[in-house]
Amino acid sequence: MTQVVDDTTEPQAPLCGVLAIQGDVREHVQALSRRGIATRAVRRPEHLEGLDGIVLPGGESTTMLKMLAFQGLWDPLGDLLRSGRPVFATCAGLILCADDVQSPAQQSYGVLDVSVTRNAWGRQIRSGTFELRTHGAAGLPDPMSGVFIRAPGIVAVGPACEVLATREGQPVLVRQGAVLGASFHPELEDDHPVVDLFVASLRASVGERTVADTTS
Amino acid sequence: MTLPPIPGFTADEVRSKIGFCEQLKGGVIMDVIDADQARVAEEAGAVAVMALERVPSDIRKQGGVARMSDPKLIQEIKAAVSIPVMAKVRIGHFVEAQILEALEVDCIDESEVLTPADEEFHVDKRPFRTPFVCGCRDLGEALRRIHEGAALIRTKGEAGTGNVVEAVRHMRTLWSGIRALKGMDANHLHKKAVEYRVPVELVSWVAEAQKLPVPNFSAGGVATPADAALMMQLGAETVFVGSGIFKSSDPVSRGKAIVKAVANFENPHVLAEVSAGLGEPMSGLDVRTMPEEEKLAVRGW
Repeated sequence: MTQVVDDTTEPQAPLCGVLAIQGDVREHVQALSRRGIATRAVRRPEHLEGLDGIVLPGGESTTMLKMLAFQGLWDPLGDLLRSGRPVFATCAGLILCADDVQSPAQQSYGVLDVSVTRNAWGRQIRSGTFELRTHGAAGLPDPMSGVFIRAPGIVAVGPACEVLATREGQPVLVRQGAVLGASFHPELEDDHPVVDLFVASLRASVGERTVADTTS
Repeated sequence: MTLPPIPGFTADEVRSKIGFCEQLKGGVIMDVIDADQARVAEEAGAVAVMALERVPSDIRKQGGVARMSDPKLIQEIKAAVSIPVMAKVRIGHFVEAQILEALEVDCIDESEVLTPADEEFHVDKRPFRTPFVCGCRDLGEALRRIHEGAALIRTKGEAGTGNVVEAVRHMRTLWSGIRALKGMDANHLHKKAVEYRVPVELVSWVAEAQKLPVPNFSAGGVATPADAALMMQLGAETVFVGSGIFKSSDPVSRGKAIVKAVANFENPHVLAEVSAGLGEPMSGLDVRTMPEEEKLAVRGW
């Protein structure tokens, strides 16, 4: 029997890390798995090897900050966030990625040119599902929904950063290069278009690198 | 699906109430009695603090009726930290719960650690916008609380003892209950629903999903990093630590060590490192010699 060599083999499924120190890690893993993305829980620096992108989930940013240092992840994770590979940061993840954090002030990576105020959308009693406007930015539906849980507010957006969605006129979804940051939790909804947007950027990024590898 | 439809919860409640509780997974919730302790807990890396008037070991020693904290203390704790603030109400005391909701605490613990206010009914948790956490010793008790509207379950253990044995018993019992439902036919599921006094839809959900419909945390007796990691390996999604931190000789170091232990619960090398040189843990109580009427876990029905 002749062995058929398939030259048009699809690139392998992208491998996306999910920072797994604390928070809604499982919900992000499930949202990606449902869309055919392979995932890896990231707890130690060696878990960052070979990732095509990374998710910084929701949770408590103060806890995550302390544990990123203890796990030896602060610097190597920063390298990945600045590498141009797709990053999806929700709620606490957005706080970690911001340029400036208030209420209270705390350390952050500065890969999104935004100022955020923690818990600006209110305590848990004000949590819920709200209508967002996108005006079709990045092909997102308008309106779309967003689940806000003790959510951070984006209070200033620098020129490098693009606002993709607003709630009550305030920015809640921003993009800068390959970094996508949301005040809300698309991973808590079954088929949220913002997760699709991240998955598309992940696939495109892997595709581009595969082409670059073959041509070099 | 991320969060399948859960019998008795609206889609919005699943996202906002249960969704909030999902954010706490892998973090440590620490009991505090005032703003100073809350700051220490936040500094140690706590994911949330639980406000109560006395820690369980003092409630045990001092006796008397244990109630909701003074609202003034709760406001001071809220002002002192940026992490979520939970507070306890007595079993069945729905007015204490209304007060905590008015104070805008982030989560209400209807707790057996306080003196029960109603020996027949728990709080009907559905009308509240604030998520509730409740204790359980087994699957039936967990499902009764979820049916009443609890968005988070913690196994009870035996609070204020510094002894993890009851926490282990309750977590193992809960998981055996869940596993026992696997593959059960409709007749047996109905029988279980009658036994557990909950709708069959809830029992069927657990039989299919092989987990609780809400996050499943551990409480009651965790005193060391190893205790915390033990509960995680037994299937807890995180731990509440009560007297164990502020009744030890060095609360900051012990708090930090327990936070690190939970994040590294499967790594004995890290557990060894963080367990070293923590000073005296809280002194423990032997649950076997404790008279039944002194056990807190038997409160709740």
